[in-house]
Amino acid sequence: MSKQSRHQQHWVAFSTLLKREIRRFIRIWPQTILPPAITMTLYFIIFGNLIGSRIGEMGGFSYMEYIVPGIIMMAVINNAYANVASSFFSAKFQNHIEELIVAPIPNYLILAGYVAGGTARGLCVGVIVTLVSLFFTHLPIEHIFITLSMVVLSAILFAIGGFINAIYARSFDEISIIPTFILTPLTYLGGVFYSIDLLPDFWQNVSLLNPILYMVNSFRYGMLGISDIPIEAAFAIILLVIVILTSFAMYLLNKGTGIRS
Amino acid sequence: MKALSINNLSKTYRNGFQALKGISLDVEQGDFFALLGPNGAGKSTTIGIVTSLVTKSDGSIQIFDTDLSDDAELAKSYIGLVPQEFNFNGFEQVKSILISQAGYYGMPAKQAEPRADKLLKQLGLWEKRHTASRSLSGGMKRRLMIARALVHEPKLLILDEPTAGVDIELRRSMWEFLKKINAEGTTIILTTHYLEEAENLCRNIAIIDKGNIIENTDMKSLLNRLDKETFVLDLKTPITNNLELDGFTCHIVDSTTLEIDINRGESLNAIFEQLSLKGIEVSSMKNKVNRLEELFLKLVDSSEQLL
Repeated sequence: MSKQSRHQQHWVAFSTLLKREIRRFIRIWPQTILPPAITMTLYFIIFGNLIGSRIGEMGGFSYMEYIVPGIIMMAVINNAYANVASSFFSAKFQNHIEELIVAPIPNYLILAGYVAGGTARGLCVGVIVTLVSLFFTHLPIEHIFITLSMVVLSAILFAIGGFINAIYARSFDEISIIPTFILTPLTYLGGVFYSIDLLPDFWQNVSLLNPILYMVNSFRYGMLGISDIPIEAAFAIILLVIVILTSFAMYLLNKGTGIRS
Repeated sequence: MKALSINNLSKTYRNGFQALKGISLDVEQGDFFALLGPNGAGKSTTIGIVTSLVTKSDGSIQIFDTDLSDDAELAKSYIGLVPQEFNFNGFEQVKSILISQAGYYGMPAKQAEPRADKLLKQLGLWEKRHTASRSLSGGMKRRLMIARALVHEPKLLILDEPTAGVDIELRRSMWEFLKKINAEGTTIILTTHYLEEAENLCRNIAIIDKGNIIENTDMKSLLNRLDKETFVLDLKTPITNNLELDGFTCHIVDSTTLEIDINRGESLNAIFEQLSLKGIEVSSMKNKVNRLEELFLKLVDSSEQLL
């Protein structure tokens, strides 16, 4: 072990943690992969097909085409968040987080490992939902770089959010409070199903405070080429939030909040 | 070289409880060291701080001359920990737990595989290598924790109550295994409630009580301090009358069992001579209580009186 450079050791530790996280969500696929695929299929059928056919076009696209990017993004951020929140909290609950605390792994790698695992699940579910959506509509991609970078950044941001939630959580109830009372409302009000142009001015301005609006619109811009907000601002805001959340998560980890006495 | 050096270590928990009151302790490389103390004495807090599970309030820790505060990564890489409570992922398979553990220490899976296989075979877990760890018996879980602690080849193995709840046969086989790895060069620190275990395995000992080290010496010197021992003699033929032995206090437990107090330095031959003269045959003899247990209680008791 001493013959290896620390850089190599860090890489092995990180990839071990990431592989463990991926193994975990694949092992419990009926809880992690299948439900979002079914839920999003229902969204496509009900909102896209049945109701969408009566709504007509939005932003120059069929309603089904319009909502697909938002639904993919919704699946990605929910799963990235849920994966880290439940995995890290379970590690605390079963005490096997001690394996990592005792090991010579720097805290930033612990955070990176969990966040990468959450991002992997978010993207995995995103790919599945995308494949399902192809049964319902044609899916153009106008800007591949924006599409991919936005989905990855969004997954990372919510994976860090899930990590912070799990650090503070003392029971399984406490890892479902944020998704139920904050994440879901913000997602539904984040322009997944509508353009904020349809809202009165006041609510348009309120919507601009919702970070998910920026993710959904940037992702939609990448796919369809239309957006309610400037893309540069969206990237800047998302990167800023990632930096803030990462700093906060590192502060909590270094302090040992929720994991060390 | 010192495997572990603890200097003036103290810990006060958020609720104000002072678990450690500035303890200092050295463990030499290659030692088999016992850290004993009653419940709540500070043993687990000490181990927790050494293994980074607990944050210290003050003091310093060096592991193989590396300060835990200066280079935590290097210091931690020397340690393998077998904690008191099961703390592995119950849903993960046995072998996978070992491979992951090695990975956390920077050991690639290819390198960890043969090491994990060897440990699984040595500790009787080979047949269960693909079983989810939650399905193992209590004894197997204990052995899994030992295998996990050793998979990255630590120089210092810390065992916190490793044989708690383990049957006698398994405990003995674990003792043999620990003796073997100690002989191969691994420094071992052990906390246990089985004082017989400490007496059998450890060369040096520290006793901690109420956050203070009340004794820190080698096992032999400590046991030599015992001024009186009580032996239990099983008799071949029952005795009916009162029995008196010159120079010894003896107590008849029942017709075939005698208890005799013997001061340190006294010869046992004198007892057997007197018993032979009285026509009493002895079939077996044992210590009434474990010698270390007797000393331990004495030391803890006197520390309580002082405090």
